[in-house]
Amino acid sequence: MEETNKLFCKGGGCTAKLGPAVLERVLSRLPRPTDEQLLVGCESSDDAAVYRLTDDIAVVQTLDFFPPMLEDPYLFGQIAAANALSDIWAMGGTAKTALNIVCFPENMDLNILGAIMTGGSEKVSEAGASLAGGHSIADSDVKYGLSVMGTVHPDKIRTNNTCRIGDCLVLTKPLGVGLIMTANRVGQAKQEWFDAAVQSMTTLNRWACETSMPYEVHACTDVTGFGLLGHLREMIQPSYSAVVRADSVPMLDGARWCAEEFLLTAAAQRTRNFLNGKVRFAVDDFVLEEVLFDPQTSGGLLMSVPERQADALLADIRALGLPCGIIGSIVPRMDCDIIVTK
Amino acid sequence: MTTVDAKGMACPFPVVEAKKAMAQAAEGETIRVLVDNEIAVQNLTKMAQQKHCAVSDGKTEDGNYFVEITLGAQTTVSTDEPTSCQPAPSGKTVVVLSSDTMGSGNDELGHALMKGFVFALTQMDTVPDTVLLYNGGAKLSSEVPETIADLKKLEEAGCEVLTCGTCLNFYGLTDKLSVGSVTNMYVICETMSQAGRVIRP
Repeated sequence: MEETNKLFCKGGGCTAKLGPAVLERVLSRLPRPTDEQLLVGCESSDDAAVYRLTDDIAVVQTLDFFPPMLEDPYLFGQIAAANALSDIWAMGGTAKTALNIVCFPENMDLNILGAIMTGGSEKVSEAGASLAGGHSIADSDVKYGLSVMGTVHPDKIRTNNTCRIGDCLVLTKPLGVGLIMTANRVGQAKQEWFDAAVQSMTTLNRWACETSMPYEVHACTDVTGFGLLGHLREMIQPSYSAVVRADSVPMLDGARWCAEEFLLTAAAQRTRNFLNGKVRFAVDDFVLEEVLFDPQTSGGLLMSVPERQADALLADIRALGLPCGIIGSIVPRMDCDIIVTK
Repeated sequence: MTTVDAKGMACPFPVVEAKKAMAQAAEGETIRVLVDNEIAVQNLTKMAQQKHCAVSDGKTEDGNYFVEITLGAQTTVSTDEPTSCQPAPSGKTVVVLSSDTMGSGNDELGHALMKGFVFALTQMDTVPDTVLLYNGGAKLSSEVPETIADLKKLEEAGCEVLTCGTCLNFYGLTDKLSVGSVTNMYVICETMSQAGRVIRP
């Protein structure tokens, strides 16, 4: 990477998300929509809005954009697009159209913008969707993402807080991309760690979603800025808890090393603060905690499926090529929302 | 005292700069790190604690924050358990699992509840002295991965796990017993008669 590009990355991706505590405070004061056709809105912490058009078709709407988390503009475009599209698949939908969202400094090399948008459009094509326009504004820093529209059958929407007791939790991508991108910023990530993280981030959740279609997925979300524990917490209801089995959690090589070196993000600490009292660690492992709180850019899908289907689903997901795992289960209500154990 | 000015830096840079200064410092020396946000204070504190350094923080006059890290001077945390006021029950605590479900009504729910119960046993401050498994309960030590894992944890913590051999044989699970040992009706009867209390979910 040439030195001229060096101001490009200032620590972005999903680490740039506002903290969950801040968001909750602001959102809770806004008026609630009352349209009955709005099946999924802002009352839950769901990934996208879903609006019923007919008995057979609902539209899924979402948007996501952020500053770069690495220096290569083409890869950044791919990752930002994969991340924005993901919410459609988290709802069990099919992506149809996408619009670019661009913030770009007026005096920056336009080839960089071209590379970002090439990366983005390639991922939109791979998603089976059409890039149908966009909006750009001049800004002091680069930000890029998509607004995406998809469709879903109203009876097959995968909301995120409808787990059932006894379900197994399947995670379709490894954790640790936040830590590894942070290490990369300070020049401490090994090339192979970086490459594996990029491969994970540029992999569309489309494939995991389509693979899971024959299965009875009770609830689903994608793991992004709030880390595994933050997003798992959004799946929990007062009638049940989740147990995470630490040894089964898929992690990128190097993730633990980065946490041991304290290459920690602010986002992970914000989530840790937010989940204080809601998560209990029955295992004493600081590094593991940091990986479980690590903000994921374009992270995997987290699916709650009946136990009898979990092994078969995992085998199918594993065949897609990324590290994955049955990371835990939904249990009768315990003393807190999530218990992390060996 | 070395001062590291990390104001205006985003995570992880305050921690990276503090670690550089700590690497240069001698045992007992204090490093003062200046930052402009509370999250950075918390990330610095975590790092210092993990490295067994004494750490304190506060606000500076200009509205920023300081974190002071003293190398290798963590005050030892008392590990004494608070004394329990509950009288210890006399005799042994025996948990009897006579089915792979908990309660009656719906077996799928009952199965999930039983798995939750065995997991919760592993989370208690004191583990039971003995877990007895018979009839459908024999499946929990031979067929169900989650309860097998949890029963192993109980065993590691000193709990005796005993499964009825007749029952394993009846269900064709004799070869599958994965935790604890096989027992007979005599021992089951004796264990329950001599127990201080018997817990049946």
